Amino acid sequence: MHAEADSGAVVPGPGSPEAGGQQGLSHWMRVHPVTSMIVRRILLGVVTIVMIAIIVYAATLVIPGNAATAILGRNAQPAKVVQLEKELGLNEPVLTRFVNWAENAIQLNFGNSLGEGVAVTQREKATENSVTSLARDRLANSAILVAAAALISTLLGLLTGVYAAYRRDGFFDTVGSVVSLVASALPEFVVAIFCVLLFATSLFTWFPAISVLEPGQSILSEPEKLVLPVLALVIVVTPYMFRMTRGAMIEALDSDYVEFARMKGASTARIAFRHALPNALPPIIQVVGLNLLFLAGGIVLVEAIFNFPGIGSMLVAAINGRDVNEIQFIVILLAVFYVLLNIITDVCVLLVTPRRRYPR
Amino acid sequence: MSAANGAGARPAVEVRDLCVSMIGSGVPIVSGVSFDVAERETLGLVGESGSGKSTVAVALLGFARPGLEITGGSVRIGEVEVLDLKDEALREARGELVSYVPQDPAAGLNPAHRIGTQLREAFQVHEKLGKNELRGRIEELLKAVNLPTDKQFLRCYPHQLSGGQQQRVVIAIAFACRPRLIVLDEPTTGLDVTTQRYILETINDMAANFGASAVYVSHDLPAVAEVAARTAVMYAGRIVEVATTEQLFSQPRHPYSAGLLNAAPSAHQANRLVGIEGRPPRPGHWPQGCSYAPRCPHARADCRQAVPPLAPTESGSLVRCLHPMAVSDGGVLRLVPSPKPEVKGGEALEIERLVADYGGRQILHEVGFAVKEGECTAVVGESGSGKTTLARCLVGLHTRWDGEIRLDGESLRQGARERSREQLRRMQYIFQNPFGSLNPTMTVAENIEEPLRHFESLSRNERRAKALEVLGTVHLGEDFADVLPGRISGGERQRVAVGRALVVNPEVLVCDEITSALDVSVQALLVEQLRDLQMQRGLTMVFITHNLAVVRSIAQNVIVLQTGTIVEAGSVEGVLSAPKHPYTRQLLEDLPTLDPAEQATAGGAK
Repeated sequence: MHAEADSGAVVPGPGSPEAGGQQGLSHWMRVHPVTSMIVRRILLGVVTIVMIAIIVYAATLVIPGNAATAILGRNAQPAKVVQLEKELGLNEPVLTRFVNWAENAIQLNFGNSLGEGVAVTQREKATENSVTSLARDRLANSAILVAAAALISTLLGLLTGVYAAYRRDGFFDTVGSVVSLVASALPEFVVAIFCVLLFATSLFTWFPAISVLEPGQSILSEPEKLVLPVLALVIVVTPYMFRMTRGAMIEALDSDYVEFARMKGASTARIAFRHALPNALPPIIQVVGLNLLFLAGGIVLVEAIFNFPGIGSMLVAAINGRDVNEIQFIVILLAVFYVLLNIITDVCVLLVTPRRRYPR
Repeated sequence: MSAANGAGARPAVEVRDLCVSMIGSGVPIVSGVSFDVAERETLGLVGESGSGKSTVAVALLGFARPGLEITGGSVRIGEVEVLDLKDEALREARGELVSYVPQDPAAGLNPAHRIGTQLREAFQVHEKLGKNELRGRIEELLKAVNLPTDKQFLRCYPHQLSGGQQQRVVIAIAFACRPRLIVLDEPTTGLDVTTQRYILETINDMAANFGASAVYVSHDLPAVAEVAARTAVMYAGRIVEVATTEQLFSQPRHPYSAGLLNAAPSAHQANRLVGIEGRPPRPGHWPQGCSYAPRCPHARADCRQAVPPLAPTESGSLVRCLHPMAVSDGGVLRLVPSPKPEVKGGEALEIERLVADYGGRQILHEVGFAVKEGECTAVVGESGSGKTTLARCLVGLHTRWDGEIRLDGESLRQGARERSREQLRRMQYIFQNPFGSLNPTMTVAENIEEPLRHFESLSRNERRAKALEVLGTVHLGEDFADVLPGRISGGERQRVAVGRALVVNPEVLVCDEITSALDVSVQALLVEQLRDLQMQRGLTMVFITHNLAVVRSIAQNVIVLQTGTIVEAGSVEGVLSAPKHPYTRQLLEDLPTLDPAEQATAGGAK
């Protein structure tokens, strides 16, 4: 049990009479724990995505209406609907349709948008009306929104959390804890509406209330339209970051190694950032990961409120218009994001935990 | 004050009237502590948990743990008054002027940093060194504490080292900047004797080579006897006696010092251990007058009037007692040989060719022994020798074993789940850690009643009655019945655990290091109690321990385990007095001893 680093550092000493003893470990166990975990996680992730694909496909079958009614509109003649269903292959068995869909999905072909003005005949070819190309610009806008919100809230939460933990029960800590508690009790749409009321309409009129753009236009060309959506998301997410960082830091600062560092004569900043923070990182990384996942879902509502041209508002529109292809694409996209982010989070946690990285 | 160490020279360290209190309430934790330490001298500071010794230790670095503050006094090291230092100056002084070795090296080393990083930091926070110079200094340090100096070792994380190696790294860090004073806060607690011996030697060598003074804080009297020239005894936040170590351990003058010595087991004689009943007063509840008076067998009326002064005695020591024990009185510690239980004929427990593995590694190799009814067999060995695995095999908590375990002639299945209820009842297990083994959400009585629910069908009242009876047996009394385990001390908790095992009337008791987390005075009470039970009830015991001195007091037979093999077995008398196997001899030699004569011979032999 003693001193058996996988780096091979076997350091016998008077305190460790026993040495060796790796013969019982199977070959599989010898693979570096990080590698084996990533492999395991990717396999699990693939399974997850397949299951989500099945559920999404099933769900789009269950909601009233289908591609034919979506294309032809509500007032279509039943005969035409039947004909189009036949053309679209909607009368084939479910399993056949799912397999076809999945084959195309793997090749990133999710079909065309079923929105108005898209000719039915184009549905086989990839065109500028394909779901994927329609989503591209919006995807970029959403990514910018999420990234900006994540970056700001992580930095803000981390720094305020560290400071509050260091001055525990001080003024900042007390006020911060109350404010974060209140803020985390508010749902994102309330926060978003509140932001609009405060900064766009009544009190101050600094920023536009809605973030409408021309199709294909990037949000970066009018950054002031980014401010309020980001602000709303930051307000929603930062309290969790703050509280988790504070808690993890308090635990680390109470530890013996921090006391020992103090006794060595380490400076305040060194104790906080070199000694306590690295040990507080695993729970903090977990919460950053969770927050990013939350943001990916949170954009749906916030984008809808601000009319922000992103993936979230696209999903809302697609659901309203029964645009099955778009719904499927966006949900699968979000699922892949979830799975990837989970893997990245777990790997990061592993990387900052030497005890798990180098099991003895 | 420094009567014992030469005249004239100003002591290197001078502590005067040090006071530490709780912030807010102002309740004193440490009150008026004064002592000197000469250059290159090691002062022992002993006391039981709650005596304030650790608070004094960190106060020497101008530090108070959260919730406490240093309210007065002076700590002068060299020419520097530590308690006057502020912020940056205090930071500079810590590590460079005075350094600290924490109790638990596994917790003191930062788990997120490599060993090399932590060693470098010890220098870097104080001085700017070139890369090569830094490397040279680290190499020098590691050599001094006898650790490898190669890159691979420096790239290890703390958890990859053994406990002894971790402690040596911490000692190296403490000595890095060649401080004037080193404060060692229980540095050998939790290490096995061989490692402990090694650490004690390292500390002695380092203090001598680096010309540092040291304050060695511990509850382990023999360990202090090994390293300290003079020793101060603390009780309830005050120093009650200061004397040369030899004087203190041969002729204690304060009744508390004598009490501690009477409680300490010896590997050379099977003495009846005399514990100290009651418990130290908690901060805020210090009695008027002498704080030891409520527990002191010699207390008189005037002891309760005012706190006695720390007064010099004719023998040159200082004692805070109005009626110090006479020199002759203290010298003859009342040592009574421990009584021997009657052993009845039959064999209660037989183990044959026991082989066990853990995580693909063989832990026990063909272990075999038998325990007669009413007898106590001790199993000793260092950490990693397989003692605990053996105990867990016996009670069926470790299920991957082969061989034969017979309880009263009946062969036992491997896992506890496969054994009959009756077999389970007859053999009970007591865990090492009394803080973890009791359910914190259940009261003491409920904890004790728990096994009754499994083994017997009794009404609620009957269960309660049995629990109360057992509380009496373990000398706790009914007052403890409705208290939560979190509110009682470690020793009391361990007695509850013993009670929980006894409540189902077992025939065999397997005790796994049950005294290792306890103070000596409490350990003494528990050991004596177990022996009484053994004699009254004819209990058979398997007593797992790394403490050979305790073995002498409680067991009749002993087996010595080394890496899973029995290297020596026999009567306690025979094995401990005339050990045959080199490993047993080594263990006995490594054991710190209180006896000055023993120490002289041990020192001479090295």
